[in-house]
Amino acid sequence: MDFNDTPEEAVFREDCRTWLDANRIEGWEDRIGRDTGGMVLSKEWQKKKYDAGWACLHWPTEYGGRGSTAIERVIWSQEEGKIGSLSGLFIIGQGMCAPTVMSHGSDESKASMVPRIASGEDIWCQLFSEPSAGSDLAGLRTKAVKDGDEWVINGQKIWTSGAQHSDYGMIITRTDPTVAKHKGLTMFYLRMDTPGVEVKPIKQLNGNTEFNEVYFTDVRIPDSQRLGDVGNGWMVSLTTLMNERLAVGGGFPTNFEDMFQYAKTVEDDKGPAIQNDVVRERLADWYVASAGLRNTGYRLTSALSRGEAPGPEASISKLVLGVNRQNMASFMLDLQDTYGVLTDKGIAAAEGEYQAIFFRAAAHRIEGGTDEILRNIIGERVLGLPADVRVDKNIPFTDIPTGNK
Amino acid sequence: MNFEFSDEQKFIKETAQNFLADKCSSTEVRKILDGDDPYHAELWAAVAEMGWMGTVIPEEYDGLGLGYLELCVIAEELGRAVAPIPFSSTVYLFTEAILTAGSEDQKKKYLPKVAAGELIGALAMSEGAGAVTPKSISTSVSGGKISGTKVPVVDGDVADFVVVTAKTGAGNDEGSISTFIVDMKGDGITVETVSTIDPTRSHATITFDGADAEPLGDTGEGWHIIDRVFDRAAVLFSFEQMGGSQAALDMAKAYAMDRYAFGRPIASFQAIKHKLADMYVATELARSNCYYGAWALSTDAPELGVAAATARVSASEAYAHTSKENIQTHGGMGFTWEFDCHLHYRRSKVLGLTIGSLPRWKDRLIDRLEARNVAA
Repeated sequence: MDFNDTPEEAVFREDCRTWLDANRIEGWEDRIGRDTGGMVLSKEWQKKKYDAGWACLHWPTEYGGRGSTAIERVIWSQEEGKIGSLSGLFIIGQGMCAPTVMSHGSDESKASMVPRIASGEDIWCQLFSEPSAGSDLAGLRTKAVKDGDEWVINGQKIWTSGAQHSDYGMIITRTDPTVAKHKGLTMFYLRMDTPGVEVKPIKQLNGNTEFNEVYFTDVRIPDSQRLGDVGNGWMVSLTTLMNERLAVGGGFPTNFEDMFQYAKTVEDDKGPAIQNDVVRERLADWYVASAGLRNTGYRLTSALSRGEAPGPEASISKLVLGVNRQNMASFMLDLQDTYGVLTDKGIAAAEGEYQAIFFRAAAHRIEGGTDEILRNIIGERVLGLPADVRVDKNIPFTDIPTGNK
Repeated sequence: MNFEFSDEQKFIKETAQNFLADKCSSTEVRKILDGDDPYHAELWAAVAEMGWMGTVIPEEYDGLGLGYLELCVIAEELGRAVAPIPFSSTVYLFTEAILTAGSEDQKKKYLPKVAAGELIGALAMSEGAGAVTPKSISTSVSGGKISGTKVPVVDGDVADFVVVTAKTGAGNDEGSISTFIVDMKGDGITVETVSTIDPTRSHATITFDGADAEPLGDTGEGWHIIDRVFDRAAVLFSFEQMGGSQAALDMAKAYAMDRYAFGRPIASFQAIKHKLADMYVATELARSNCYYGAWALSTDAPELGVAAATARVSASEAYAHTSKENIQTHGGMGFTWEFDCHLHYRRSKVLGLTIGSLPRWKDRLIDRLEARNVAA
């Protein structure tokens, strides 16, 4: 066992490092504060990478990639370092929408849309979840009705990250409510400035507005913006969701180190909190979970290096991170004692960082697959246990019970 | 990055698994559970023929001259099979003590016999309830003679030689403790088998009354020697625990798939499904932490102190969790003597206590992280 690159990997790493050392934007961290929403800086860095052939590494070269392997993506990510955080703006477009367009779009769609996603010129959002369809995505109700060469869309999406600054969205709609729910769906993409599209920010429990509702009122889009066959939307969406899972970085970092250092600085009547047995035990538990995630990341990277697909152990990370992060943030507030209620930037302990995590972590266990769904997925797909009994599987969508609504 | 066992190591694991499936079925384990024999002599002899005891013993001492990665995969399989033999005492504790602190003469004297399967070794630390500390040790050595009582000593009733920690200096600090090797055939030794929560692993009280004691390592170095031995043993035990955890999960899944209630397999109910998912997550995290421990052990990495404690805590908690939830999944049948669930429930607790309990190892982990000053 070792942590070394293969000779080929070492060469690739050297190539990445050479280009990055010469081209990484100087003083980028200082510019973030001055740049509204970080968009100008993010787009600048993305374009620079794209022009030099270092964007979306694993994509075919015709779309701006370089056909890299999964382990090469990991190596690039390691070498890119902190400035890689600027890519956050493009995660949905590059990680989920573009692969779907590449798999299911027409040749014109692919040629006109995909390179602009790679270069960062276009930002995409994902219009999947609805008020009546989150974990049960196939229960969605937004309708698309054919009218000549166009489709007319009516309905509502929710939890759409980044909709407020997206140029395009990928949307899954119901095109036939008379058949079973999975069979009557179709995928499209559209410009977010199409008439009839209205974006409304949602205020989250932490006061931020990362998510949005998106309303569709008689929105007209051409059939050329369809992705995949009519009625095949569910299969297309599985491509999208599968790509979400393949976005690996070789590790699942936690903030154990910060918490560990913090426990040394805050005191009780016996001295630094880290001398308290209760604190030591909680920190030990968090360290063991964090190390478990880090080491699982190593196993994952090791598999990629051998050219293998990520194993099922990759599915455990979100489940472990979510609940631990929420509990540990709460515990950090316990260490701050009464003072832990403060969020005032000037006087809050640790600049209010743990108060912020305390709130944001509540969503970690829900977004991108709830803890409960993840447990079901581990049970059914990893352990091979029998599927849940479904009462809505083979009946027309219109006959499915929906509760009070 | 190559954070995986090699194909040769995987082959050793597969061979071990098949060997133990054949020679260490639950029927064989139950012979020791229910009978009077302290360990499974036939299995021990078969394991000796495989040469497993000598896995990390260098060829110059008649060992296989392989490494710790090979020993880890063997340990995992022994844990999966709940093997009722004195392997861990002989190999993870006694042999590691000799390799760590033995003189050249001592290595030549003991290691070939271990490798041949002709020597059962043990390690004697505890003397009463509560954590083992320098202060808790009253057994003492003076003029080459040892006196005092050690209880419980794993395999103390079958060991040929025992490494013992004893007081040699005044005061209660670490420097007052030294380690010795005692020949159990000598005079002044009384052994009494004691009953424990796991009858598949025999334990004993050993009372020394002026018995001969051969120094192992320098005077006053005993605590540090045991510290290093325990780190190495912790990784090896963690593989046994992880193997056992997987076995408990496999048993729970198999039962849940076959057991029908309310017209369908209970495995199709979410309460059971989610329970098994949690058992899977705990076992996989432990597996990853065990791997890191294996890497640190096999490369003598400076990270070993943290890696060993992490592996032990992770695997102890995983095995504790899966063994009890395995009983739960079986319903009433899980609480019977007849079903195998309790084999894991018992073994998981013994392994969780044997070289120090969880609270101690969590404390030890934080100590090591503080010493490093940077947690990675």
